[in-house]
Amino acid sequence: MTPQEPTGMLLHDTALVYGRYLRQSLRSRFALLFGALTPLLYLLFFGPLLTGLPLGRAGSSWQILVPGLLLQLGLFGALFAGFTIIMESAQGVVERMRVTPVSRLALLLGRVLRDATVFVFQAVLLVLAAVAMGLRAPLAGILVGFGFVALLTISLASLSYAAGMKVRTPQEFGPLINAVSMPSMLLSGLMLPMSLAPAWLNVLSHFVPFRYLVDAMRDAYVGHYATAHMLYGVLVAVGFAMLAVTAGTRVFRTAGA
Amino acid sequence: MAAVISAAGLARTFQTKAGPVDAVRGVDLTVHEGEILGFLGPNGAGKTTTLRMLTTLLKPTGGTAAVAGHDLATDPAGVRRASGYVAQSGGADPGIGVREELVTQARFYRLSKADAVARAGELARELDLTDFLDRRTAALSGGQRRRLDIAMALTHRPKVLFLDEPTTGLDPGSRADLWDLVRRLRDEHGTTVFLTTHYLDEADALADRLVIVDGGTVAAEGTPGALKLRYGGSLDATLQDTFLAVTGRAPAPAGDAPVAV
Repeated sequence: MTPQEPTGMLLHDTALVYGRYLRQSLRSRFALLFGALTPLLYLLFFGPLLTGLPLGRAGSSWQILVPGLLLQLGLFGALFAGFTIIMESAQGVVERMRVTPVSRLALLLGRVLRDATVFVFQAVLLVLAAVAMGLRAPLAGILVGFGFVALLTISLASLSYAAGMKVRTPQEFGPLINAVSMPSMLLSGLMLPMSLAPAWLNVLSHFVPFRYLVDAMRDAYVGHYATAHMLYGVLVAVGFAMLAVTAGTRVFRTAGA
Repeated sequence: MAAVISAAGLARTFQTKAGPVDAVRGVDLTVHEGEILGFLGPNGAGKTTTLRMLTTLLKPTGGTAAVAGHDLATDPAGVRRASGYVAQSGGADPGIGVREELVTQARFYRLSKADAVARAGELARELDLTDFLDRRTAALSGGQRRRLDIAMALTHRPKVLFLDEPTTGLDPGSRADLWDLVRRLRDEHGTTVFLTTHYLDEADALADRLVIVDGGTVAAEGTPGALKLRYGGSLDATLQDTFLAVTGRAPAPAGDAPVAV
């Protein structure tokens, strides 16, 4: 078996990979902003529809919608992260890195942390826009929300990179991601709370992990931190991230996977 | 001469939907220190799969091999430190600058920041890339790009350099430059070079010894001259005829005529 690399080297390599990909993101400023476009459109043209509706939860419609849009941003953005590794595989970049002694785990973590950085940055922009639209929420709650966005991004990007290493062609990867992302969004109540749903849909939605994240974030946005929703949200977010990174690591460690 | 690469029964079977495919069925080979070895074979013979196993990118499903004294299975990190690899596709990201690619690769090989910057400059001088350091790799010509790929593989002064079809797609001038570069690496640094190619003139001109694989096993090996004599019928035989005789892709040389010397 491959001996575990020392932690110091893992940090060194992760910082290296993170820096490389962050610089890459910063070079394409357009893409950096463009990623936040879809949720921004929802905010501008869908958000106002909800302001007068009874949504069955505490808080204004903005306190209910914005957490969902932030998770939508993470969900769609991070799930597509694997596309880049398919391109890099075709260019030989992945193998060129893998023939060096660089930590296999760092090749994943560096990328995933870059994604988390980018999506949290986009989330900040989105929240600023939401404040302009009428969102009022406690700062602590908003910060907790960014934590959930970061964890969700880390989880989904890890899985997406792992899938990208396995699938190898964009033609297979695109449909796979669409098959995951749309039901995940609809079944987790990102747009409207599942408390509005009939019982069967509500029950079904509890099998989608993102349901717990959005419920916890909505509590945070109204300043409720010591709730059952928050507990489940944190447990699911952390547990899912650990599982996803483990799965991703396994794929990245296996030579020629 | 000491063996720097040795493989015994090296094999790789891929599991596919249509059933198992034996890409490499048991390759035995020895490469000596400072040797330029030409690894030839028809498409699908298992050349790239063998190369990917020897560079730790792919786990063998059978057999053993060691590179520079490091066992593939038990010490892949040692193999990586001792070898450089240039894939057919190259490995530069078109969106990134030449300097950054060289420095990053050096950092992946665990050079300090200052050493990595110094090494990048040194490699750029050695491989004639100094004028392009601030360009994106997408802006390089085919020959320049290939030199960058090789520079990245040489970052850590490896004992062994693996090149997978290094001159495919290059113009004749760039090919000649690359041959010179390979010879220089061996002569000045004692680097062992293991290269695959489809160009038999290249193998003839560059390689000290050839290994011809076919159907996932070694079909013949020897110096170009010895192979021509044995399979082509004479020292004047072309390597083309020799190759075709070995791989059985063309009628064997006529008759049982005595070997002309």
